[in-house]
Amino acid sequence: MNRRDVLQGAASAATASLVAGGAALLAQESLARPAQALRPPGARAEADFLGACVRCGLCVRDCPPQNLKLSTGRGTGRGVAVGTPYFDARDVPCEMCEDIPCVKACPTGALDHALKDIAQARMGLAVLIDQENCLNFLGLRCDVCYRVCPLIDKAITLQKTSNPRSDRHAMLLPTVHSDACTGCGKCEKSCVLEQAAIKVLPIAVAKGELGHHYRKGWESDNRSGKPQFELPVQRLPEQPVPGDLAPLRGGGAAYPQAASGAAK
Amino acid sequence: MTHTAVSSRSFGARRVPQAPRPGREAVATKGWWRAHRFLLLRRVSQGGILALFLAGPWFGAWLVKGNLSSSVTLGVLPLTDPFVLAQVLATRHLPETSAFVGAAIVIGFYALVGGRAFCSWVCPVNAVTDSAAWLRRRLHITSGRAPRGTLRHWLLGAVLLASAATGLTVWEWVNPVSLTQRALIFGGSLAWGAVAAVFLFDLLVAPRGWCGHVCPVGAAYALIGRAGVLRVSAAKSSACNDCADCYAVCPEPQVIVLPLKGKGGASPVITDSDCTNCGRCIDVCGPDVFRFTARWDSRRV
Repeated sequence: MNRRDVLQGAASAATASLVAGGAALLAQESLARPAQALRPPGARAEADFLGACVRCGLCVRDCPPQNLKLSTGRGTGRGVAVGTPYFDARDVPCEMCEDIPCVKACPTGALDHALKDIAQARMGLAVLIDQENCLNFLGLRCDVCYRVCPLIDKAITLQKTSNPRSDRHAMLLPTVHSDACTGCGKCEKSCVLEQAAIKVLPIAVAKGELGHHYRKGWESDNRSGKPQFELPVQRLPEQPVPGDLAPLRGGGAAYPQAASGAAK
Repeated sequence: MTHTAVSSRSFGARRVPQAPRPGREAVATKGWWRAHRFLLLRRVSQGGILALFLAGPWFGAWLVKGNLSSSVTLGVLPLTDPFVLAQVLATRHLPETSAFVGAAIVIGFYALVGGRAFCSWVCPVNAVTDSAAWLRRRLHITSGRAPRGTLRHWLLGAVLLASAATGLTVWEWVNPVSLTQRALIFGGSLAWGAVAAVFLFDLLVAPRGWCGHVCPVGAAYALIGRAGVLRVSAAKSSACNDCADCYAVCPEPQVIVLPLKGKGGASPVITDSDCTNCGRCIDVCGPDVFRFTARWDSRRV
């Protein structure tokens, strides 16, 4: 090896490093995936997904409702790494096929093959993000997002509350539960508004995170099976006192037999 | 027939004007078909493979799904690009078994067939760089200089290092091979920028630059096929009339020199791993010096 070889080798190495470094910089930008672009079921966290996906499109080919697309870097795929699969829930939501063909088709496990039950998929989390325009929040009974939810009464429930505007009507507010929502996007797709009031967001965007030192005193896990303080004992007569039918302030029944009648 | 007047056998001592139409003599002596046989077969192979991928989305005939990065043929045969898989492994992600099986089949095939057969018989970018080289010859463009041939091997290593450092398959953001093929099969328009860049790079900046000197995918296939069986041999080198047409069309002309001109019992077989087994030298050679043969067939006729 002579000096010429060393210098030319060094030049090649430097050029190669520059080119690979440029590609790496370009790749880093794709980590910020836009919120409306959802990954298929079983997709690993974005950084891991982008290291595992070979962009072959086999998941796209095996998707029966054809909602998956490979990003072209344009349109709804703007900002999504080119060639990676995504779907836009407002366009075509995930049908939550029971046999999850997209995951089975993935040769690299970028879609985790450990996902066997589609109800455990977490493509995102639905958030009723616009409470000013949601028809149910306006006091109407739209309920469409609730009705179309594949996990009705688990992922979305209707929470009854009074309507402060009329003070005599009820409002039934669609409420998403993150322990059940798969992020399929059926709710966003079917929202009747011009722009959906309920949207599926990436979980990292949708969810807050409680301080790790917080303990919820009312959860049995945090009490080691017994109360952390002695609850005050109310000494009540064992038999109902004649004429005393008013419920206690706390709202609990004072006398089991009489209260069951009073509650009606 | 202006170029036949040049008979200098020394390279570099005198500037040899490039033959504007290499293969003209071959057409005259062997006929048009035999002077273009492997070129056309390669285009049929490249187009046919693309057609197999397109038969599904266009006509609903799902013979092959996926793309060159990873595919499934007839629902049973998995194929995975070894370089893409190497990037995935570099990110420390362990793929499913089918990816390994697919890569093993591809590696086995090209290790046997040899050379960078992928580059000349399968890769869609080959047609782009071949056109750039053709236009370069026709327009007498002599500007630019190709980087050293070892650059692509450095780049192969650098890409794997960058993949390991970032946890991302970095080359897949810029890889013209997969970008182009994916755009043809799945749609998309950004890839055409990459294609145009490669075309202009080869046309103006570096002759035979991309495929021969930069592309790390080709470097990976060069490593895989370095001991392959099928090779081109300059068996009838005694008939060589020094027209230099083979050098003009060869994407890696340096691989021809020794087997063709080597003295003292040098093997006529082109064993250099850079050779793409494209067979274009066989086409354009009037005296029929070259032929495909097995790598151990070192006979000179």
